[in-house]
Amino acid sequence: MITFSDRQLKTPKLMRPVYLVTAGQSKFDRAIPEKRTEELCIDALAMAARLIDKTPAELKRYIHSCYYGHFADHFGDQLLGEAVIHDRLGLDPLGNIGIKTGGATGGSTLWEAVKAVASGYSDCVLAMGWERMDEVPTDEGNHLISCAADKDWETPLGHIYTGYYAVMAQKYWQVFGREEESFRRTLAEISVKHHGYARFNPFAQAPMKITVEDVLKSPVVAYPLRALDCCLMSVGAACAIICDEDTAMELTKGTKNKPLRIWVAAGSHTLRPACRRHMEIPLLPHEKADQYADLGERFPGGERYPGFTGFLGARMCTYYGYRMAGIHNPMDDLDVIELHDAFTISDVQSYEDVGLRPYGEGRDYVESGDCYHTNPHTGKPGRLPSNLSGGLIGCMHAVGATGIMQTFEIALHLWNRWAELHGDPDIWKAFNRKKPDDWQDLQVKGAKRGMAISHAGVGSHVTATILMDPDHLLKPDA
Amino acid sequence: MSIFGTVVVKRGQYKIKGDFHTITPNMPIRSEDEKWHLVGVTNPRCMTYIHTYGGEAVFFENLSKGRIHGSRCDNPDCEFPGTVYLPFRIHCPDCLQRSTVVDLTEVCKTTATIHTFMVCERSGAFNTLDKPIKFINVEFEGVSTILMSYLSVGDPKIGMRVVPIFQTLEPTYTITDLSWVPEGTPSSKLPKGFTFG
Ligand SMILES: [Zn+2]
Repeated sequence: MITFSDRQLKTPKLMRPVYLVTAGQSKFDRAIPEKRTEELCIDALAMAARLIDKTPAELKRYIHSCYYGHFADHFGDQLLGEAVIHDRLGLDPLGNIGIKTGGATGGSTLWEAVKAVASGYSDCVLAMGWERMDEVPTDEGNHLISCAADKDWETPLGHIYTGYYAVMAQKYWQVFGREEESFRRTLAEISVKHHGYARFNPFAQAPMKITVEDVLKSPVVAYPLRALDCCLMSVGAACAIICDEDTAMELTKGTKNKPLRIWVAAGSHTLRPACRRHMEIPLLPHEKADQYADLGERFPGGERYPGFTGFLGARMCTYYGYRMAGIHNPMDDLDVIELHDAFTISDVQSYEDVGLRPYGEGRDYVESGDCYHTNPHTGKPGRLPSNLSGGLIGCMHAVGATGIMQTFEIALHLWNRWAELHGDPDIWKAFNRKKPDDWQDLQVKGAKRGMAISHAGVGSHVTATILMDPDHLLKPDA
Repeated sequence: MSIFGTVVVKRGQYKIKGDFHTITPNMPIRSEDEKWHLVGVTNPRCMTYIHTYGGEAVFFENLSKGRIHGSRCDNPDCEFPGTVYLPFRIHCPDCLQRSTVVDLTEVCKTTATIHTFMVCERSGAFNTLDKPIKFINVEFEGVSTILMSYLSVGDPKIGMRVVPIFQTLEPTYTITDLSWVPEGTPSSKLPKGFTFG
């Protein structure tokens, strides 16, 4: 049993409002042999400038300090890659720092950027993330990722991170999925959905028109996870510009980007799932005190919390984030969401951690059709569409860039610019990708609030990035 | 002919013998798509890290002798004194006082059950275990944490009783020296190099 003090659970407060002004990203792919990492970062920054009708040089004039996220020096074989990128972006001699929190690196980079602006240290900050996962063979890449687990106690057992997730998947699947075939099909539906949405995203590396059967027949990686249940290994970069109110207004004047209020909250939990000690479930604002008292009766084996079935780090970032931004119930208060779908099963686990459904009932978010752009049962808009980018399964997981890509995707919906970027024939052409004849506009109509979850190794770090149209805040003093 | 690098500690310093890296030349990478123009080079290397187990060394040393050690917080002022940890924690995570090393071999032999598991068909590079690898997470009575390991005989199931086996004949001094088999497995079924301790 572990406990926390009120001080530890205090709701974070930003000292002044912080805004996301613009963002950008490169093409994402399994390999990009023709470009150095810096070229991808420059592509991302140039896009961010273009979206507010500036040249990169004009935008750079505003940047005061820089936060750079990339997961592993091993991947690009460049120690202190952030210094190399900073120099090549022509931002010397401004202060910069590297951020490294595994899969959550992109979200953590935004966390730091937001705090720098909130504190008054900077009025305009660059948050840039990237990963270069094509410079080692896939099995060596898997080994490098597994080195994020405990090197003495876990890495030697297979040298593959999927395995550390799969033990959680197995527990969740047997306890909350009740080993039902229908649950397995629900997982496969997630993969179908994400690969399918990736078809409408020119940046995405794994567009696929597939069926549930295709997913169920794909090769087993670590049972119950199959190849099509897993996220991608990617190359790419993404960035965001974070500002105080005055700078945000100045930078966006006369452009299509309305500055968006941004909050980022973070949680963490032991890197070794094996070390999860029992504790009481921290409740989100819409949950009731005795809600989970009978969890173990309803789902035998589900009584141990956090156990192997949930991500406490994900619960904690929304525990703080919802209270910070005034969100009562995410299903009612948010219009669009990007979840960290490292694996189909971890997507479902996250639904419960972030409160889209109560613990034990995550599958209903998919089965009800709420997670779709258009609910397949009703033909009406989904209640809270998720991962319209294609997510980590369909779009990319260039680790350091991922959390920023997700945030950019949410921002495009709030700016009502989703179709402009995803439908632009010039972008499809520049990336040498064919725009499908049945391309669909996935813009969530009238979206005012959204969230992106960025998550690392079996939940060791998780961030919740919340974006809102400033005219539709939920809490006046947030 | 190069020899594997070996290391001993003498008077507080690492003393190194043998080869710790091998020199391999860079090779050009050319694009078949683009008239065989140069794209980059390979950067091969073979490196050996010198890694300390620090206060956990006792655990890895004893595995080779068929014993499993964990740790317990014996600080009476701790919020949760008496909590037992496996994996081993050198310091109590609550009070940060140095933990007491405790022998959990009998607890492991008599109370181990599978908390969860998975069967891994593909591994990363440098894996030394036979595939498929049956990852198991083992829970024990009176221990607050769960140990990640692997099953060497039979098929895992949640709740299954298992007993530890040890690579006592040619130990590697890594976590792979510890494995598990279903309760009642005869010693004739154990993998090569393993014993019940
Ligand atoms: Zn203690």
